[in-house]
Amino acid sequence: MGRLFAGSHSLARKLSDGARLAGPEMELRDGDRIAVIGGGPAGSFFSYFLLRLADNLDLKLNVELYEPRRFEQAGPGGCNHCGGIISESLVQLLAMDGINVPPAVTQRAIDGYVLHTDVGQVRIETPLHEKRIAAVYRGGGPKRAPSQWQSFDKFLLDLACAKGARVRHQLVSDIEWTNGRPWLAVPGGPRERYDLVIVGAGVNSRLLERFEALGMGFSRPLTTTAFITEFNLGREAIERTFGSAMHVFLLDMPRLEFAALIPKDESLTLALLGEDIDQDLVEAFLNAPEVERMFPLDTGVPGQACHCFPRINIDGAPQPFAERMLFIGDAGVTRLYKDGIGAAYRTAKAAATAALLGGVSAEDLRRHFWPACRAIRNDNAIGKVVFFVSGLIQHARFSRRAMIEMTASEQASPRPYRPMSGVLWDIFTGSAPYREIFLRTLDPRFIGRLAWNLALSVVPLNRKPG
Amino acid sequence: MSTESVGRWYADGDYVVRQGDKGSCMYVVQKGELEVIEEDEGRTVWLGTLLPGAIFGEMALFEHSPRSASVRAIGGAQVLTVDKRTLLRRIKEDPLVATHLMEILCSRIRDLDSRISELESRTGAAAMAPSQPAKTI
Repeated sequence: MGRLFAGSHSLARKLSDGARLAGPEMELRDGDRIAVIGGGPAGSFFSYFLLRLADNLDLKLNVELYEPRRFEQAGPGGCNHCGGIISESLVQLLAMDGINVPPAVTQRAIDGYVLHTDVGQVRIETPLHEKRIAAVYRGGGPKRAPSQWQSFDKFLLDLACAKGARVRHQLVSDIEWTNGRPWLAVPGGPRERYDLVIVGAGVNSRLLERFEALGMGFSRPLTTTAFITEFNLGREAIERTFGSAMHVFLLDMPRLEFAALIPKDESLTLALLGEDIDQDLVEAFLNAPEVERMFPLDTGVPGQACHCFPRINIDGAPQPFAERMLFIGDAGVTRLYKDGIGAAYRTAKAAATAALLGGVSAEDLRRHFWPACRAIRNDNAIGKVVFFVSGLIQHARFSRRAMIEMTASEQASPRPYRPMSGVLWDIFTGSAPYREIFLRTLDPRFIGRLAWNLALSVVPLNRKPG
Repeated sequence: MSTESVGRWYADGDYVVRQGDKGSCMYVVQKGELEVIEEDEGRTVWLGTLLPGAIFGEMALFEHSPRSASVRAIGGAQVLTVDKRTLLRRIKEDPLVATHLMEILCSRIRDLDSRISELESRTGAAAMAPSQPAKTI
């Protein structure tokens, strides 16, 4: 690959930042040590892009990636507690970056969504009728699952290592700030000094409390509880019942914002998102007739191979950076409910670019890293409005019927303008910013068609649901 | 284990893009092999092959000229489409995406330069026109 800025390191920096506030001591230099805490997508993406850009700048950095897990072991010990969907937009952007998710990682390529409600169901095809979403395991998969699959997180970790990152399979237990530098400690080991610390540890990590306690401006994101479980159904049953589509449920259940069944190779992942999902809500969902009829077994919903109630970020850290520290992925700012891996990619890449081209002082990071996070936070504020409105539709039978009817008629029509399908597709997949989705719902043609379908659903004209 | 890949499957001989068509997206090869051909007055000129990871059709994202060559699968290939909206939206917030595209275009120019040099040395033509356009698909 050509070195775009070879031999012009300082020039590239001047071009990127004509108004630096910090002095040269706040730039990353040859031999600097960078600690990345967490080897999930955020940490691996950061390491990969930082080293790739540093290579372009002829800069030699020592990146040490702390991750106790290897993402190979089946069960909770090797897992990253996630539904495992690589969104349509992220699949494309990774390919653009030269990162192609290999077949050994892609358990199932998805080409549609089936929307289930109590008043009917409808299939929404992917734009261009192409498989543009990848269903993956984030770790070694559920217990008793076949082990020949490579996990997505292991794939990314290997990618970072191939670029020169060194993985330390250790748990960081403490952080200190001494003599203008962050210091990290592992159990039983000496403190080690770093020039930059990146935190991609996720909101389930207790280490975030230690960073908060430093009093340097970081405070943890607001979280809620989600639910993820895996069912081992076998390839044939998955293929026959779920095919290459994700199944999304819009049910009138309090606190439930979104529920999806995600087919993998031999197993099925259920992800429930909403407000503090608990066991009662999980049982109510699994007992809903719309859900029960999806399972191919006469006995109904089978036993779960494994399950977890992970915390998820619902309102990002107000300041995801501090002097020589950056918080990326879930530890900083992520997208509301959707495309968490895509947000990890965006914040990790923004962090790598900001640290390398802008500097590592708190002020540098405010100028060069914060705008990327602020854009996601602002979009999430619009996302809350989108989910509020979709919640209203979800909780009234006549509006659910109108939505299903409108989507079904669009899918049956050869016309390319499919406003409801597009809006639902982007809400389910997280492929478009919430702002864009919201603006599309203000289109008079969308409002007109929705109003017409709402009127029809109040006074049904012997129409069958799709 | 299944061998799932994202993208669309093109059987042997299926065209992904056709010369003369208007294009609004680019492509990334996921699996298999494709060939780039130019069809000129009934004559087919083979221009090269594309392997997994190769990107093609990128010029259509930046200019409105028709595709100047065709690409078709050899023995079947899986190809992912990257749409213009996704790419431009991302370039707006991440200039490194544009940088990566520039790297691809630079490598195309370098490849073209070496082909011209090779042709010059074969034919002995000292002053071959250097303004030959790169083959845009």
